[in-house]
Amino acid sequence: MTRTVVGSASKEVVIGLNQPFVIIGERINPTGRKKLAEEMKAGDFRRVKTDVLAQVEAGAHMLDVNAGIPLADEPAILAETVKLVQSLTDVPLSIDSSVVEALAAGLAVYRGKALVNSVTGEDERLEAVLPLVARYGAAVVAISNDDSGISEDPDVRFAVAKKIVSRAADHGIPKEDVVVDPLVMPVGAIPTAAQQVFWLLRRLRDELQVNTTLGASNVSFGLPNRIGINATFLAMAATHGLTSAITNPLEPEITATINATNVLRGLDPNCSAWIGAYRQPEDSERGRRRRGRQRPNPNG
Amino acid sequence: MDEIDEIYEAVLDGDMRATPEYVQAALDAGVSASAILQEGMIAAMNEVGRLFEEDEYFVPEMLIAARAMKAGLSILRPFLVDAGIEPVGKVVLGTVQGDMHDIGKNLVGMMLEGAGFEIVDLGTDVAPAQFVEAVRNGVDILGLSALLTTTLSSMESTIKAIEEAGLRGAVKLMVGGAPVTDGYARKIGADGYAPDASQAATLAISLIA
Repeated sequence: MTRTVVGSASKEVVIGLNQPFVIIGERINPTGRKKLAEEMKAGDFRRVKTDVLAQVEAGAHMLDVNAGIPLADEPAILAETVKLVQSLTDVPLSIDSSVVEALAAGLAVYRGKALVNSVTGEDERLEAVLPLVARYGAAVVAISNDDSGISEDPDVRFAVAKKIVSRAADHGIPKEDVVVDPLVMPVGAIPTAAQQVFWLLRRLRDELQVNTTLGASNVSFGLPNRIGINATFLAMAATHGLTSAITNPLEPEITATINATNVLRGLDPNCSAWIGAYRQPEDSERGRRRRGRQRPNPNG
Repeated sequence: MDEIDEIYEAVLDGDMRATPEYVQAALDAGVSASAILQEGMIAAMNEVGRLFEEDEYFVPEMLIAARAMKAGLSILRPFLVDAGIEPVGKVVLGTVQGDMHDIGKNLVGMMLEGAGFEIVDLGTDVAPAQFVEAVRNGVDILGLSALLTTTLSSMESTIKAIEEAGLRGAVKLMVGGAPVTDGYARKIGADGYAPDASQAATLAISLIA
């Protein structure tokens, strides 16, 4: 079973098929968040701080950090954000940029083994990003599109993923450290979008044997009740082999769905994470007594 | 219900089968091609845009309405040509160099077509020189799409290339895509920015007014 291990200075997280699903919090991202963008550009990180603490509290195992602000010094802002986030939490980070210099700046200040988000199958990107990933001993998100674009043909996307894994190996990056993002398109515009991804996830799991991640919210673009679609999509994707997702842990429906997939797939021993998250708080008196009787978990 | 109302309702419902039938029926009844287009189809697409902005309609409904209009237009087009009715303007669309996203741009194209524009879609990953060439061939509006913060710079270099070719005065420029903001659009010298496909249609109309 392929295990992707990422870490901060003091904490490791394992992404893998027989592991609880890894939630990568998506909130530290100024794209489409005007206020956050303005603040980060001006060096005001109060909102970032709030988002970090809230996401970890809500159950994020990792946090994605992006500083893509138009007309700003992205490498400097990303490095500063990474440092700040690591001073607030010990969860490992995904360093997210499409600017190679920003990835380099983020990696240079990161303590631990980061997840680099991302490289595509485009030759120029592969040759720019993979050496960085190798130099810092990081893991990398591999997006399955290449110079020919984002194919609607899942065979093409599988071939691109395979190419990235092989090119990573050329740079000394083992396939354990390549987490493939099969890219989901909006189902409101492309009716087969989700099914293509499920099919691709099975092949990535069974044939390429790599771990996977997804930015799930794209699937519901242009539809009402997006959270309902996103949560169900994540649950279905998990059964087809998805091992992590970049998503919003502050949405209770999303976290509940992911936690439930762990329970139903037998990855939450004694359902203790589930019970811990959802024990009725109003049941306070009995809840306290029960907690008082609780013995240490025999499975560790 | 008269013939125009039927066309209007059919487009609004995204009924791809009924729309061309009603267009044919209206033509048979002697309704002018111009009225069918303006009061039937364009008016319906306008309403689709309004409903979309009100969160009453969603992307799949916008798509089927645009398809229904397209089906109706295939019947109507020869009559429009005969009557000498021209599109309200010509728009060239494309996703800028280095960027492969096309869904947003396609939606914009559909809504602009729904507003009566002629659309030339250059596709994705379009080099500045290709845009310059298209402007040189004569076009009212150029619409640039970018979905990545990294490809925003291609948007800027495309506008620069048009300026350097001495063609900036010959075309209106509109821009859009997830990372694009109103402020960024102004900063790079675009004539307008729209946050979604429906507002892009409104913007295009105002740019050629």
